[in-house]
Parts: sequence; structure tokens; C-alpha cells
Amino acid sequence: MYSDKFGRLMLGLCCRKSTRVCGVRSAFSWTSACKQRTLRRSAWLQVKQQALPFQIRAHSASHTTLDPSEVKRFQSLASKWWDEQGEFGALHAMNDLRVPFIRDNLLNVHRGHQPGKPLAGLKILDVGCGGGLLTEPLGRLGADVLGIDPVADSIGTARLHLSHDSVLGARVRYRACTLEELSAEGEEGEEEEGVGQFDAVVASEVVEHLADLETFAFCCSHVLKPGGSLFITTINKTNLSYALGIVAAEQLLRIVPRGTHDWEKFISPVELERLLESNGFSVQSIRGMLYNPVSGKWSWTDSTAINYALHAVKLIEEPQPDRAQADNPDPEYRAHAASTHN
Amino acid sequence: TQAALLAAAAAVFSDWTTSRKRLLSDTHSEVYDVIISGGGMVGSAMACSLGMEPNLKGKKILLLEAGNKKVMDKVSDTYSTRVSSISPGSATLLSVGAWDHITGMRCKPYQKMQVWDACSDALITFDKENLQDEMAYIVENDIIVAALTKQLDSLSDNVQVKYRSKVVKYTWPMSYQAADSIPWVQVTLDSGETLQAKLLIGADGPNSMVRREAGIPTVKWNYDQSAVVAVLHLSEPTENIVAWQRFLPTGPIAMLPLSDTESSLVWSTSHGHAEELLQLDEESFVDAINSAFWSNDNQSEFIERAGSLFRGALSVLMPSAGSTRQLPPSVAGIGPKSRVMFPLGMGHASEYIRHRVALIGDAAHRVHPLAGQGANLGFGDVACLTQVLSQAAFNGKDLGAMQHLLEYETERQRHNLPMMAAIDLMKRLYSTNAAPVVLLRTLGLQATNMLPPLKEQIIAFASK
Repeated sequence: MYSDKFGRLMLGLCCRKSTRVCGVRSAFSWTSACKQRTLRRSAWLQVKQQALPFQIRAHSASHTTLDPSEVKRFQSLASKWWDEQGEFGALHAMNDLRVPFIRDNLLNVHRGHQPGKPLAGLKILDVGCGGGLLTEPLGRLGADVLGIDPVADSIGTARLHLSHDSVLGARVRYRACTLEELSAEGEEGEEEEGVGQFDAVVASEVVEHLADLETFAFCCSHVLKPGGSLFITTINKTNLSYALGIVAAEQLLRIVPRGTHDWEKFISPVELERLLESNGFSVQSIRGMLYNPVSGKWSWTDSTAINYALHAVKLIEEPQPDRAQADNPDPEYRAHAASTHN
Repeated sequence: TQAALLAAAAAVFSDWTTSRKRLLSDTHSEVYDVIISGGGMVGSAMACSLGMEPNLKGKKILLLEAGNKKVMDKVSDTYSTRVSSISPGSATLLSVGAWDHITGMRCKPYQKMQVWDACSDALITFDKENLQDEMAYIVENDIIVAALTKQLDSLSDNVQVKYRSKVVKYTWPMSYQAADSIPWVQVTLDSGETLQAKLLIGADGPNSMVRREAGIPTVKWNYDQSAVVAVLHLSEPTENIVAWQRFLPTGPIAMLPLSDTESSLVWSTSHGHAEELLQLDEESFVDAINSAFWSNDNQSEFIERAGSLFRGALSVLMPSAGSTRQLPPSVAGIGPKSRVMFPLGMGHASEYIRHRVALIGDAAHRVHPLAGQGANLGFGDVACLTQVLSQAAFNGKDLGAMQHLLEYETERQRHNLPMMAAIDLMKRLYSTNAAPVVLLRTLGLQATNMLPPLKEQIIAFASK
């Protein structure tokens, strides 16, 4: 909700303007995303890993991948990440909910931890990490964390903040890249599909900025080990979230800069659950979160009407190809599924 | 152009060397997760408590003490003059190992407390049911520190202690925005060594340097009183399970049990009188103590009559309540260690915390010894701060962040301020022998004595 982390994955974003004009998010972006994705799938195999961080990378000639105005706005805010009373104050406060959520759910799955380092031995990927607000606490809990974000300035801020702490710096790394790129690297040199490197993927306040969630889910599944966990926090698409998340937060109270969120991109828990389950995940829990602007604190709540957190686990067997194909009417998806299972 | 090239090269080189130097100096100063400044009772207890906390395992903790290491292989036969009354709550905190050492060395539980006025017959007694449970323990301060030191030795993989390390300078962290600055607190020792800490805990006593350097405003005043402490030999051995305190107009005199034959004296009185007491020879000093406890010179007839009338009225209403007055044991001599005096005052830091800084113990609050609460308030701070830091670490937080430090401050100020106000009020109330005030406090004390629920509340509050 308050993320100025435009952790956009380069998944074939259409212009935000056209999305708004069309008004119906899923169909429009789906078809264009699928087109882009098939083009890019073939291009993946030829992609070489690049060592230098970079920002904008046109996979295919037809679309720009990042909105330059958003990148610019984000760059100007890059230095403000770590001001706990500043623009990102609410995100700092959200750590009180999301860190325990991630920690407790991971401890349920991976029992037996060392005191002082509950997440020791686990590898976590923080997608859209921004300035590292969530990455650092996870690192302090003992996990090996990789934080990725397409905006190099944010990665720079994150690295600078980390630079003074050598103990934490041994466990936390940052890269300016996208989930797609990371997922593509993972594919080379691997004998079989689905052998991921991470025990958990965290995408907090990211999916409401994406147009193509299908590819996002696919990439998450790709980089995760079987049985690995996916944690998402995002905003529901309801009238209430429009009233509070957009009108109140952006326009009236000015807690969040105007234009940060696009209500069309919000997704309901039910839709997200369906999406994830069709990509081989099993949703374990969904919890509602509520922000109190007076106290500046978040709390868990029964209602998922505005913000919610979701924990899903990658199923160990691949989902049955027939069922997935039958469910999905899109011919390109079926072709994709067929090609991967051949 | 050659000159320009050379100049450019020189500029680059100097940039490189300064950045290297900065890097080297960064790596030279060791970064600790927590540095505790001050190795007294409260500072050592904080170090022990953090060291034994499972969520803080693996964190680097350092205790800095300007004095020498206090080792006590064998408890000396003579008692030391400085003692503290340790409440059950504090004993629980210390039970993370150190309490066993203390009971192994020497401590005296007491079951009852009698507090009475010199200007009237009013008295109040506190005791647990049937004198079975201990109300509190009298322990010498040296023993507490030695026990904690022994416990720290067993925690050496988590907690380091540097003795004979005096801090000469603190450098506070800049705000997050200054890009190249070090975000940690820097502590410079007299040896020239510089250490860095993510959290600095100030446990350096009532004249705290941490508090001063952090610029935390403090409310403080001196009582025009000094306390004289000594070890007393009783005339005859007795079941010494009562703590006695009598409020004289010049200040309270207290006798705290140490063993069946010895007790500790804490006599708060004016500076002049305190100096006189130190000058007296042993016999006169003993006479002064006995007469302070036993004589009735200060009582006026009017007050006596009013007091007994009120007591009569109350005993009609509540026949079972009330207590008989007992007299403390008489004193025959004093211990070999010399008597000492120290000035008394009250102090309270208006803030207990800053970014990456927390104050505990006397650095945060200083009270009159009349209620025996000074050490206990400090141990209460230790328990609260340990719990707050443990939870913060379990949530992956930066230990020096304000959010959880504010929780510590709020909780402790809520507890400490009423206690401090009550102690100060008592001190002022009993510092006079003006008739109206005496009457008021006499009636008040008698009434309180007759109300067991109220007394239980007071004990519960003081035992935390």
C-alpha cells in the first residue's frame, strides 16, 4: 500500500496510462504479457548473465520494460528509505507484522533452530527489496538473503546502509536486477526444471505494481526449492481499499504520494490464491493487516478488505499438466505448458 | 597538461588513501552489539541478563568497568558497610545464576519490617503471613558484585568484560542521511582504543557521564542529608528477622539484619550531624544509636493523646488489625570497618533513552535510601530492558532502534515515577516536627497500619 518500491518485474508492462483507460486489468495485460512472454522465453536461452547492475533492459524490441517516470520518481526517493519518520515510515512499521509472519511460518516448516538465529541456514530472496527494509531484519535472523530490485539507486542505498555492519553484510547481498533475469540465470546449467535455489521468496508490497502476475508466479516457482515458501503482502481490490488506500491515503491524508497505486492492479486474495494454485503453489494462510495512521502501527485483523499477507508453499510434485491446460483457455499458455513438459 | 595530469593523479591517489584510511579505521574499531558502561551492581546484572538471554545468543556484548575486577574467593569474616535490600522480584532476576552464588556466599532474608515515628506513637508493620515467606533480603553490595562477576566469567563466550577501562569520550551517531558517517555510537577509552556499539547502555551511576554527554535533562536536587553507614554488633544474639526504621525529625535511622549477631546501620541525618557522628568515639556512637531508637523525647503530649484516641477508635472498627510495638535490639559495639558517610539526593532523567542509548539504574533515577528501593528499581530496569531487547532481536530489529527503547522507557517511567514521588513525599513528610504535620502523618500511619489490603498493595508494589 505504501510502497514506493516500484519493484516492477520486467514482465511486459503496458503503459500504465493505457491500463487505466481500459479499466479492465486482467484481460488486456494478460494477452500482451503472454505475447511478450513467449517472445522472451525464446530469448532467455540466449541471455548471458551480466555482472554489472543495470536498470532498463529491453528484452524485446516491441515494449519498454520500465516506466521512466516511475523510475525517476523512485530514484529521487532512494535516499529516504531509511528515515523511519519519512515517506517510508509505514513500511518500517510493517516490519512488526511481516517479519514475525515470515519467521513463524518458516519455523513451522523448518523446525529446529539455533537460539539467536532462528532462520539460520535458510536462503531467502527478497523481490523488490527497495532500500532493504525487510532484507536486513531477515538477515539479522540468520538467513542468507538476496535482495533484488530493478532500481539501481535503491540497491545503492541498501548497500550503503549495510556497509557499516560487517556481520550482517556476510549474509545479505543485493543485486540490481529483476526476478525474470534471476530466474533466467537459474535455468542455465540445470538439468531439470523446478530445481530452485531459495527456501523462501518474499514479495512484499510488490504485486500491486505488476501487470503480469502469471509470469511472476512462474518465476517464483522456478527459483524456489520444492516445498519452498512464498510470502506476499499486498492490497485487496475492494471498494474499501479504494476509499482508504487511494482516496484517503493518497489524496486526503497524503500519507502516500499521489499516483503511487493503481486500484486496477490490486488483486483480491481469492484471485491471487487461484493464480498461485494454478502455478503449483498451495496457499497455507492469508491474514488481513490494518494500518492505524494515528499510532503509525500495523495490526493483524480478521478482514482482508484492505491489506493482507499470504503464505504459499511450492508443491513438491509438478501440477498435473492436463488439469492446468484444461483450466486455462489461453492457447498460448497451453502451448507454453506443453513445451515445458515435453 | 603534464602538470594537470599529475595533479589529477595526485587527487585520485589522495582520495584513495583517505578512503582506505577510513576503511581501515572502520575495521580497526570493533563493533559490538551492546556496550554497557559501568560495572556496578546494575551494570553487571544487565550484562549477565543479556548474556543469558537465548534470543541474544551470538550477539557481541561488552561491559566496561573503570575499576578492578572484584573477585571474592572467600567471603571475609567481617561484614562490609554498604548493603542493599533486595526484593523478591530482584532476586528472581538475579536467579539467572548469580543468586545461587549470593546465597552460597552470604545473605540475610528478613520476614518483617517495623517503621515508626519518633514524634508520636504511630507505627506500621509489614509482614508476610505467619512470618513464613521472606519479605526481602539484605545483601552486601560487594557480594552482589562478586556474584555477578563470577556469573559473567561463565558467560565469556557471549559477554566480554574490560576492567580498568575508563571512558573519556562518547561520540553520538549522526542521522541516517549523512552518507559517510558511522551510524554506531563510538566509545573512546583512556587507553586510546575506540569501540563502536549498536546500543550503548549507561549504567554509570548518579553522576552518569553517558547521561551528561547525551545532553539528557535531569531533574535533581540534593537533600540536606547524608547517610552514615556502619556495621553494628548487637548486645545479644537474637532471631534477627526484622528490619527496623524510625523516623527522627533529622531523618530516618534504619537497622537492617545481617546475621543473628550483627546488623547494618543506615542513618540519614543532616550533614553537620553526620560529621559529628563520624567523629564520635565508639561508645558515644553506640549510645547515640540506642537513644535514637529508644528515646521518646520528641513526643508531645498533645500528639500522644490524639494518637491514642485515634488508635482506640480504629480498634473499635477493626479489632483484629493493628500491631503491638516492638523495640529493636540494643547495640553493643560497631564493626571494625570504619563508618562512612555519603550525601543523599534525588535525581531523575527526563528521558531514559535516545537513539542507540539507554539509561538504567542510578544513571536514570536516584532515590533516598529510606525505602530500600534504589537497587531494586535498577534491577527492575534490567529485567524490562532485557525483555524488550530479546523481543526486538527475535523480530530481527536493529537493537539501537528507538521503537522498542521507547517501550522500555514508558514502562519503567510508569513504575519508577510513582515510587520516587512516594519516597520523596515520605522524606519530606517526616523531616519536620511541626505539630500539624506530625498529627497528619500519625493519623495516616495508624490508619494505614489498620488496613491489611492497603499494606499488601504497598508490599506488592515494592517487591516487584
